[in-house]
Amino acid sequence: MTKELSLEERFQQYVDAENKVEPKDWMPEKYRKTLIRQISQHAHSEVVGMLPEANWITRAPSLRRKVALLAKVQDEAGHGLYLYSAAETLGADRQALVKDLLDGKAKYSSIFNYPTPTWADIGAIGWLVDGAAIANQVMLCRTSYGPYARAMVRICKEESFHQRQGYEILLTLVRGTEAQKKMAQDSLNRWWWPSLMMFGPTDDHSPNSAQSMKWKIKRKSNDELREEFIDKTVPQAEFLGLTIPDPKLKWNEERGHYDHSEIDWEEFYDVISGKGKCNKQRMDARNKAHAEGKWVREAANVYARKQAEHSKQSAA
Amino acid sequence: MQKELLHYTLRLGDNALILGHRLAEWCGHGPVLEQDIALSNIALDHLGQARMLLQYAARQKGESYTEDKVAFFRDITEYYNLLILELPNGDWGDTLARQFLFDTYNYFFYTELLNSKDDHLKAVAQKAIKEITYHAQWSAEWIIRLGDGTEESHQRVQKSIDDLWMWTGEMFTMDEIDQKLIEEGVAVDLAPIKEQWHQKVAEILDVATLKKPQDDWMQSGGKQGEHSEYLGYILAEMQHLPRMHPEAEW
Repeated sequence: MTKELSLEERFQQYVDAENKVEPKDWMPEKYRKTLIRQISQHAHSEVVGMLPEANWITRAPSLRRKVALLAKVQDEAGHGLYLYSAAETLGADRQALVKDLLDGKAKYSSIFNYPTPTWADIGAIGWLVDGAAIANQVMLCRTSYGPYARAMVRICKEESFHQRQGYEILLTLVRGTEAQKKMAQDSLNRWWWPSLMMFGPTDDHSPNSAQSMKWKIKRKSNDELREEFIDKTVPQAEFLGLTIPDPKLKWNEERGHYDHSEIDWEEFYDVISGKGKCNKQRMDARNKAHAEGKWVREAANVYARKQAEHSKQSAA
Repeated sequence: MQKELLHYTLRLGDNALILGHRLAEWCGHGPVLEQDIALSNIALDHLGQARMLLQYAARQKGESYTEDKVAFFRDITEYYNLLILELPNGDWGDTLARQFLFDTYNYFFYTELLNSKDDHLKAVAQKAIKEITYHAQWSAEWIIRLGDGTEESHQRVQKSIDDLWMWTGEMFTMDEIDQKLIEEGVAVDLAPIKEQWHQKVAEILDVATLKKPQDDWMQSGGKQGEHSEYLGYILAEMQHLPRMHPEAEW
């Protein structure tokens, strides 16, 4: 006799059969909460992530680079919008999510707490930070929650373009003057380790990963994704003629992967906890924009209400 | 190379570049994501127009010139943008008031530039007019929304319009460069543009329940390279990297 399946079990079977979960489908409360947390963190990261790059728009060294950078940062704002919308399909309220960010309750990718002191950093962010983001996001194109997966397909296309753009900035620098080459190497030195940290703690320190994998929200572990990224990126650094700042980095024939030094997890947790050079600066900038925009948002709402009343009256 | 045409091209190119620069400063700091995106779009339009115009200026200057050399290796007295465009952004109301006052001018100006006998300027106008028409609609809508929004937004945007007013007169001043190029059918006669502008601005301000300021003393000089202090800081920021590495490619 077949055992009566619980809702949770039926949900698991549904997901196991590679079906997409849609907004109106029944889902375990924890699945919903996990996704809201993950998608909103992702949205916040896009929005906070605009800041380290936006501060170079007015200083970009050519008009072509200036236009490309502005368009890129604008894309990030667009990604933030799709992702907030994806979170709203789960019943979350965008304003409440933004408030959590501004109050310091919600997280965003810690990489954006590092500064961008030189132009080469714009290249390094595109190549490494967007590269690491893509590794994660390509996997998310197959995530079990439909709206998130579909948002990711679109975002991945744009991110790949950004990554090539970043790599091309560095390629131009390494083919340039001595000062430009030095700028490129210095930037790789600063961004390499933080980029590897973007994949999150090692699998044995990532408590939520197992459940996310089971629900097919995630399909690869942090360490697997990190390894893929390293394997792909090392030859790209070699092509640039730049040295990755890890003396132990070495191809392991047996494993078919690169071996590398231990990641300094203390730095990772320090930056998450607020000790990065720019944590305060980033949050201050978001809070300032939000506070100074309050009267504008209010005016727009009041005006829209007045217009709606006018049209109601003229229709009556 | 004709001196007047180059100067005229730079005026238009510098207007687009300096306004594009100012609007780009908003990127990441807008009042809400949707408007951040909208303003970045407009900044991109201006920077795109700046590139077309500065490429044309570079061609006039000679073979060794490029758009970047023209943008990054000219000093403050060789920039010919309108003064209103180099003013700091201020708050959203100040930025949108400047957009409205300038976009309205720019719309009538570029509509007329479509008839220029200079093929290159005409081509720029053909490409830009669609963008500029949208800019003028968008900023007029914002002025109406802020003017007829809350008590606070009404007061704030009225003050923005009042404060900016003395910078608007320069849009319509003409010197011997304009005169010569108008005679050749290249440049736009600004006298009828002034009339159209006053009429349109009055109409929108009225819908927005705002008062149109009285014309009084008007600032000028930007078109001749006599600038405020603000432009120096814009150029310092914009130009420092290429100037620090003058031999480098980026």
